[in-house]
Amino acid sequence: MRELDVSKVTEAVEELCITACYDLPPDVLQALEQAYRDEESEVGREIIGICLENAKMAAQERVPICQDTGVTIVFLELGQDLHLVGGDLNQAVAEGVRRGYTKGYLRKSVVTDPLFSRRNTGDNTPPIIYTDIVPGENLKVTVVPKGTGSENMSALKMLTPAAGPEGVRDFVVQTVDKAGSNPCPPVIVGVGVGGMMDRVALLAKKALLRPVGRPHPEPRVAELEREILEAVNRLGIGPQGLGGRITALAVHIETAPTHIGALPVAVNLQCHAARHAERVL
Amino acid sequence: MSQPLDKTTGPLEVRAPLTESDVRRLKAGDRVLISGVVYTARDAAHKRLVEALRAGERLPFELEGQIIYYVGPCPAKPGQALGSCGPTTSGRMDPYAPTLIAKGLRGMIGKGSRQPAVVEAMKKYGAVYFAAVGGAGALAAKTVKKAELVAYEDLGPEAVQRLEVVDFPAVVCVDAEGNDLYEIGKARYRAAAAAGAAG
Repeated sequence: MRELDVSKVTEAVEELCITACYDLPPDVLQALEQAYRDEESEVGREIIGICLENAKMAAQERVPICQDTGVTIVFLELGQDLHLVGGDLNQAVAEGVRRGYTKGYLRKSVVTDPLFSRRNTGDNTPPIIYTDIVPGENLKVTVVPKGTGSENMSALKMLTPAAGPEGVRDFVVQTVDKAGSNPCPPVIVGVGVGGMMDRVALLAKKALLRPVGRPHPEPRVAELEREILEAVNRLGIGPQGLGGRITALAVHIETAPTHIGALPVAVNLQCHAARHAERVL
Repeated sequence: MSQPLDKTTGPLEVRAPLTESDVRRLKAGDRVLISGVVYTARDAAHKRLVEALRAGERLPFELEGQIIYYVGPCPAKPGQALGSCGPTTSGRMDPYAPTLIAKGLRGMIGKGSRQPAVVEAMKKYGAVYFAAVGGAGALAAKTVKKAELVAYEDLGPEAVQRLEVVDFPAVVCVDAEGNDLYEIGKARYRAAAAAGAAG
């Protein structure tokens, strides 16, 4: 049993918000560099080059990579032997977001009352917090600033079991095709399969956190990931949708057990500014 | 007005206010460097602008010949005129754009494809749509030399700002004849891929 004061969580979230928005993860940079080598379209290569230059400048000058610093999604893996003291955990996370978005000169993009007034909350709170209880005494915090260019192009469908892997593949490819230039390709395609409507969406989002291009450990799922990636990259959409071979950097599928009569599938698109930062407390 | 530089050496210079003939001279695929004044506006501001027009009210800025940049910027750090400011998805402003184009808007900067109604208005009245690289927010901020609040301060990052930019890079994405660079590019690579898969 260990104690952790929630003020430490606030500190960590504040720093992670800023670093997530300024520093593109190394695996994303590597994937973009590979895409730069692989892209056949001259304009496509130029665009990837601009994305790389921008990421480098943002890291060096300590400014946001993209102006859409998103809604702040926070994944907490809370060890069940950790005792949190000093305040409310959720409020501590929100305070970290509030401070990080102020100190980091990040954009405040959250509105309350989505149906009517859509009033900006002014501090990018509330974050969207998911908490998993895990064994141990640590708290792992993952901050994911998620912008809406790619998010708006995401989709979910309740397929039936008869649709099978082909049905999943077709839905993913159709979703990317329909999205076109809007999600700022080259994208990372997060796919959830299974669970129920709520869980499948979360699976698709968590799929985005995998190191870019790492295949699913199960060979048949990995094969489906490859098949879908190839199909997506035949669409011709290319970087920023101006035509090219590299529309997606990777396809990651996460699965979970589901109902005997269901095959839920969710597609969560992530733009090339695939931002996340994590720390273990 | 826009001054064509030697096309073999590089981009065209574009500066608001734009005339109809300036706009009709630009072709899908032309690289441009935009300098001078652009106005920022996105979802919430567009709703208010169009409501103002419908109510017969004056707009907070003179629309004729102007360029609107679809962006919600980050706040400026010390030493910056504006924070990171890449384009937002233009399609969300499509319900409003034809009204503004009919009232004199000549240029739009954003990213992503436009609906047919917008393209029809562009063809009819003479307007051009430029695409900037989505996500290249830090680079875009470098081109902004001045930013001042014009309207709707309560909208925070969605307020209308008047920006002075120098050499903001963009590409003519949809021209006043309706040629669409997204369609042109995709068709080329999709056909090539289909041929490759079949062969």
